[in-house]
Amino acid sequence: MDLASAKLIGAGLAAIGVGAASLGVGFVFGSFLQSAIRNPAASDGQQGRLYIGFAAAELLGLMAFVVAMLILFM
Amino acid sequence: MAAEGKIDPMHQFMIQPIAGSFQGANPFVFTNSALWTLIVLAAIWLFMFGGMKREIIPGRWQVAVEGLISFVDDMVSVNIGPDGKKYLPWVFTAFVFLLFANLMGNMPFGVVAAAHPFTVTSQFTFTGVMSIITFAIVLGVGFWKHGLHFFSLFVPRDAPLIFKFFIAPIEFMSFLVRPFSLGLRPFIAMFAGHVLLDVFGNFVVQAMNANSAGGIGISILCFLFIMFVSVIELLVAAIQAYVFAILTSLYISEAVNLH
Repeated sequence: MDLASAKLIGAGLAAIGVGAASLGVGFVFGSFLQSAIRNPAASDGQQGRLYIGFAAAELLGLMAFVVAMLILFM
Repeated sequence: MAAEGKIDPMHQFMIQPIAGSFQGANPFVFTNSALWTLIVLAAIWLFMFGGMKREIIPGRWQVAVEGLISFVDDMVSVNIGPDGKKYLPWVFTAFVFLLFANLMGNMPFGVVAAAHPFTVTSQFTFTGVMSIITFAIVLGVGFWKHGLHFFSLFVPRDAPLIFKFFIAPIEFMSFLVRPFSLGLRPFIAMFAGHVLLDVFGNFVVQAMNANSAGGIGISILCFLFIMFVSVIELLVAAIQAYVFAILTSLYISEAVNLH
């Protein structure tokens, strides 16, 4: 296998991480919605924590994207 | 844009000189990044000064500006506490700048060929410097308020002693990574979205050039997808500005209150 095709395969493998982060983001919003429907009165106060959880889950997917871009273009 | 058949999504992030050139002796060159930063600044000034009329019965514009300010003010006072008012200027500046810069990058000015927007927040230099300012505030406030006691931030208070030895280095490492991750987040979100739009924009043209019935169908599908992604991008632009502001106030709150 030559270097160029190995690079492309590696970038594609790194992009799997983005999909895994989508699971995380979906889990964050899904569990927020589950508990918010049980107690809608308390849900507004937890919006900040919701977005912190979202940011933490999303960041790891973005890291995977960075790795894919670094493999492709460096 | 891209040459025949070759997609080059990185071209849109190139910093190009508008006046002068990089080759000359003068290191201060007016670039497209500088131009669009000024345009974002002008838009913010237009928006803010348009609404700062202090009328007793506010008009629509004044309500919009006051709503934005009280939104950030609430976020700061909820997260930091009664001391939070002091840190409102930076959190508000960061929020409004990121919001306007992200949204300006998504605006369809590109229909006029020369006015292609440059997203200033798609460069790590911008968001990185913003997160460095945040951590200058965090470290400055932390050491000024608490002195060397600030290091107790890394030690969980009620944990058994044996855990403290394990957790303190981990907390310290996570603190060191924070400036990086805080700046990386808005940058990558903008960067990835614009790459996606560029790639699918190229698909539209290339499928059209394929001159077949299927090509037109694929072209229309890609165009609809671009419309969908553009809406998502507007959402992401707002969310990233919000996340940056809320994390900034959270980190400052840790420095002010120490747990």
